[in-house]
Amino acid sequence: MSFVKLSKNEKNIRFREKVMELAGDNIQICYQCGECSGGCPEASVMDLLPNQVIHKIQLGDESVLDANTFWICSSCLVCSARCPKGIDIAKVMEGLREISLRSKKTYVELEALTKEQLEELPQIALISSFKKQTS
Amino acid sequence: MTEKIAYYPGCTATSYAKYMDSTTRAVMKEYDIDLVELTRWTCCGTFFGLVDDNLTSQLAPIRNMIRTKEDGFNQVTTTCSMCYNTLKRANLLFKNDEEKAMRLNAFMYEEEDYEGDVEVLHLLDIIKEKIGIDKLRGKIVNPLKGLKIAPYYGCTLLRPTEVSVDENSERPTILSDLIFALGGEAVEDPYMTECCGSYLTVKDKHLVADRTNKILSSMTRKDVDLVMVSCPLCQFNLDARQKEAKELNPSFKEIPIVYFTQLMALALGKDPKELGFGEHKINPTPVLKKRKLLGTALKVPVKAKK
Repeated sequence: MSFVKLSKNEKNIRFREKVMELAGDNIQICYQCGECSGGCPEASVMDLLPNQVIHKIQLGDESVLDANTFWICSSCLVCSARCPKGIDIAKVMEGLREISLRSKKTYVELEALTKEQLEELPQIALISSFKKQTS
Repeated sequence: MTEKIAYYPGCTATSYAKYMDSTTRAVMKEYDIDLVELTRWTCCGTFFGLVDDNLTSQLAPIRNMIRTKEDGFNQVTTTCSMCYNTLKRANLLFKNDEEKAMRLNAFMYEEEDYEGDVEVLHLLDIIKEKIGIDKLRGKIVNPLKGLKIAPYYGCTLLRPTEVSVDENSERPTILSDLIFALGGEAVEDPYMTECCGSYLTVKDKHLVADRTNKILSSMTRKDVDLVMVSCPLCQFNLDARQKEAKELNPSFKEIPIVYFTQLMALALGKDPKELGFGEHKINPTPVLKKRKLLGTALKVPVKAKK
């Protein structure tokens, strides 16, 4: 069993503030009901559930950036539509993606795509994937 | 009288799914709506940019709004759900956030200032509001009788609620209404509003195959003949990923995924050979033949005959 460590560390606070700035929402008001994770169609393959991601951000825990959650999120907006506190969780996920992309971490490597893939995939798929998952 | 509306095809309509474009135009012509393609248009950006500090992804959709004004229109329509969502949300952001609107206009200093006065409509909005069910039914010569169709909405047509084409984004009926109007039988399923996996299809097709398996297996259990969609990326994912879905689930049953404008064109008596059915991975022709929908259409609309 592990304990939650609340931190007054400057770095943690800055991380939390940055995510909230990008997401444009006050995620401190999340009370962990789990509605977002309940509705998320991809929750089963996520390292951390959406509500756990929110909790980690509340704590300013930057290790949340190592989770695959925000890369797996396809912005279907079910979580945002159903959050009883009105938090736009998809925007929070996009904020985490942006923080990663801006520090040059990418999820999709353009060079790794094969010729077959490029021929098969319609550009609507390619453009949206590049937009969300490449820096 | 023919009404003219600006038309934004989007990239898929001119490449991967040309039938989406041709059937849209053919169907609207029947209902005296003249879709005038924008003289110049660019990619909408496919996805609305969500973060608050970056306006670059709003430039492409807003430029398309300016193009619409240049062509002398106040309304623009598209048949792709993703384009619709991106254009509509960027436009709403522009209307509701004065400061961002000013910054966007300032950045595009070479363009005429945009005032946020274009209305973005999905083709389904036009069908619902400008045509209406009665007029729609009045032109049907080949009703989709006996065809069991599962509507599939996906995400971008319904969420967020500000841009939803249906008043109830949790339990929409707009596609079912259309199916019944075409003479078919709508078979709703809880998965009809769930995400297909969207662009994750690039990085991990097996993840999308898993979604495809869940969504379509739930529908095929209800013995539906085909699935009707309104987003070309949903169409691609649900159609192309059935191959991998079969590897995941040996009892997976193949099912054709068609675009709503294709079924409308079929019901309006257009030549089935010209509806692009051959371009689908799972061809809907056999099931349409089984339901006797590919024969010669009636000369008079069903409703008028009565």
